[in-house]
Order: sequence, then structure tokens, then C-alpha cells
Amino acid sequence: MSGAEITPDQIPELSRMFRFQWEKAQDSYVLLYPEGMVKLNGPAGEVLALVDGQRTVTDIIQSLQAKFPDAEGIEQDILEFLGDAREQRWISL
Amino acid sequence: MSNAGSACNGQPSLNAVPTHGQPLWLLAELTYKCPLQCPYCANPTNFASKTDELTTAEWVDVFTQARELGAAQLGFSGGEPLVRQDLAELISEARQLGYYTNLITSGVGLNEHKIADFREAGLDHIQVSFQAADPEVNNLLAGSKKAFAQKLKMAREVKAQGYPMVLNFVTHRHNIDQIDRIIELCVELEADYVELATCQYYGWAYENRNNLLPTRAQLERAERITNEYRDRLAAAGNPIKIIFVTPDYYEERPKGCMNGWGQVFLTVTPDGTALPCHSARMLPVEFPNVKEQSIEQIWNRSNGFNHFRGYEWMKEPCVSCDEKEKDFGGCRCQAFMLTGDANNADPVCSKSLHHDLIVQAREEAELPTHQEPIFRNERNSRVFAKS
Repeated sequence: MSGAEITPDQIPELSRMFRFQWEKAQDSYVLLYPEGMVKLNGPAGEVLALVDGQRTVTDIIQSLQAKFPDAEGIEQDILEFLGDAREQRWISL
Repeated sequence: MSNAGSACNGQPSLNAVPTHGQPLWLLAELTYKCPLQCPYCANPTNFASKTDELTTAEWVDVFTQARELGAAQLGFSGGEPLVRQDLAELISEARQLGYYTNLITSGVGLNEHKIADFREAGLDHIQVSFQAADPEVNNLLAGSKKAFAQKLKMAREVKAQGYPMVLNFVTHRHNIDQIDRIIELCVELEADYVELATCQYYGWAYENRNNLLPTRAQLERAERITNEYRDRLAAAGNPIKIIFVTPDYYEERPKGCMNGWGQVFLTVTPDGTALPCHSARMLPVEFPNVKEQSIEQIWNRSNGFNHFRGYEWMKEPCVSCDEKEKDFGGCRCQAFMLTGDANNADPVCSKSLHHDLIVQAREEAELPTHQEPIFRNERNSRVFAKS
């Protein structure tokens, strides 16, 4: 499963083990799980904010390209992050 | 974008200003009442003399204030939190405030309707504790004949209703040799996380230490078997996570207790006393009460919470020790219980002048148990309250 290529039409979904939310006190997005919390960096938070079980990988990439038009090569970054997130079992695809 | 997240339940920055972190973890001990009688309970031995409980409104106020200070995880604990009739309401209020809500329960007093009601109220996760993997040992330790069957049924129901589930087994000399059966039971029940938490010797467990502490050989065997299961389960693609907590009595350096005093954890006891850890009530330190002070005052400015922050309070060998920023001198409660002085080094540390007390306990563990356990119940607690 891990390492498998991510394709544009896949639909990522947050694992039911995790809750994703903006955490004011951390000034960041976080993932909450039983008795723990992962503080997400800016880009990771931006991607996971778009993971809703409906958007495809392509939708997510296009949304972020529109939101950050000056960022170059973010498509590859997004795919890499989705791969990492799947390996961590934060999301399934 | 690798390293996208950092574990946030870990180390606070010691040099940051202010000199302590946020109370990320709020443990709400709703009540000391409990239908079970586990001889390793972490509650104070004199709980029978402390019968006051905060009202629903007082708890909601605590949750609101702590959330403002950054608390994100909220544990409903006790005693047995199910005893509180307002639990669903407390869950609902906490969830609306944005907490990740954890119910830490024995499962006794739970049923499928309550599990559904709590889900509706927004409960995120349920942790069910077991005493052992077979009914005889479990029920003996719990002091209840029906506990095991009830726990199995509730664990299955928790999963059936879609919750993440943690199963917690407190391990000790009477059940640690069944570690393989414990892990197999957890796999069968489809636990997401398993905590094989070796008994920590506070409260009732300290009184019963002689009856509970495993031998080194028992412990090493259990850890080896746990690692074998981990490898096998991972190879089979099973996502179960198994956490094995070693008792610090077999360590040569103390644990960095609570990630440092008043750094991450805030416990509020049934009567509103606020503590930097759930055992701290035993210390000769005056702790604030949420009925008298705001959570902000308690966390940032109270003497109780500032007492062991930083390094000023330390004595030798801690003061000049190059590991003090790692373990903060260990556990204050353990230092106090074993040496009579809470400012001493935790005797678990081999540099401690009192380390022989730990070595003695290890040696005693090699002898056959010669003491009947003292069960955690009202009657026994009243004896402790008088003494």
C-alpha cells in the first residue's frame, strides 16, 4: 500500500482516527487523535484542509495553485505530502 | 513537505518565555466513586474523606477557561466517570468548545444506549481498561464477578459504533505473564491502540507494591513477546499500535515526569483542586482550587504550579547534573514517598543517595508475594483517611 503511486482522480479521505481543526492557541492546523495531537506546518495544513472525502487529488492541486499562484512546483510537493500522510495513516486514498 | 508534523504532546521548550508551556492536556477527574476495587488505583488512598464534587456548571466553566489557555485534549476520568449523571452534557459542552474528548472508563456502567448518546454528544474516543485477559484474574483484581464479560461486550460495542478505541491493561506480577493472551485479545477486539502500562507505584499501587511489582525476568519476557507481536502484526498490515510502558523501578534514570512540572498537564480533581499531575495531591504543597482561582491564575501564577518549575528547587545530585534538563530530577511524588523530601532526586536515579530503596524493592519482587492486596474501596479508604 505505502509507496504506491497517487493518481489524479483519487479521492483522499481523513482517517476516522483523526480530527482535523484549526487550533488558535497553536496558530496552526492540528490533527487530534486519542490522547495526542500533531501540529501541522503551514503547507501540510493547507492540503489537509482540502481533504474532505469529495475532492480529488486534481481538485486539491488546482485549489492550491489558485490560492498560491507564485508557488512553483507545488504539485510535486502536494503529491509527496499525500504519500507521507497515507503512510502515517492520517488519510486513505 | 516531509516532517510535516511534530508530536505536540512531547517536550516543551525550556528556554521559551514564558517559562512554561500551555496546559494542552486537561484531565477532569469527575468523581472518586467507582464500582471496581483495583488495588493499583491511582486515586488518593484517603478518597473517602473527599466527597465534594464540582457541579455541571463549574465543570463547564473549567473547560471553557482551560480551552482559552490552549487545552486541546480533555480526558473524562475518575473514579469511574460514568457515575456522573451529567456526563453526556459535559461531553457535549466540551466538544462544542473544540476539545478532543476522551472517555477513560472501566466499561462498568456502560451500555449501547449510552455509547450512542455520547457519540451524539460528540465524544471522540473511548478507552476501556481491563485488569487481565481472562475472567478469573480480571474479576479478582477488579473485585467484581461480572466485570470481564461486561468489558468485552462494551469494547465490541465501542468499535461497532465507529469510535477509535484504546484498550488499557495495567500490568503487574499477576497478569504480565499472560501478555501474549492480552495482545491477542486486543487484536480480536480490534483495538486501535493498546496500552500495556506497567503499574506505576502511587496511591493504592504504592500500598500494594509488594503484591504488584513484577520481577525483572517477567518484565523482560513481556517486553520481548510484545516486540515479537509488534513485528508480526506490522508485517501482516495490522495498524494496531502497541505501547509498552516499563516500570521506572527497573530503570537507572528517572522518567521526565509529566514532561516537566506544570508544563503540559492540568488535572482537576472531583472537588476542584487543581494539580500538575494526578498524584501530586500527596505532596506537602498547597494546591489551588478552581472554585477560588481562575485557571489562568492557577496555571501561570499559583505557588502550587510554580513550586517545581525551573531548577531553583533542586538539590544535589540534580543541581550539577547534566541530565537535569532531560528528566527534571524525575518524579516529585516518588521522591517524597520514598525519601520524605520532595526536593530530593527521584530515587530511581542511580545517582540518588536513596537508590538502594529501589534496589531493595527489586530484590523483594524476587521473593514470593507475602502480602494480601488492599483493595481500593470505601472501607479501606476510611482507614487511610484516619491515619
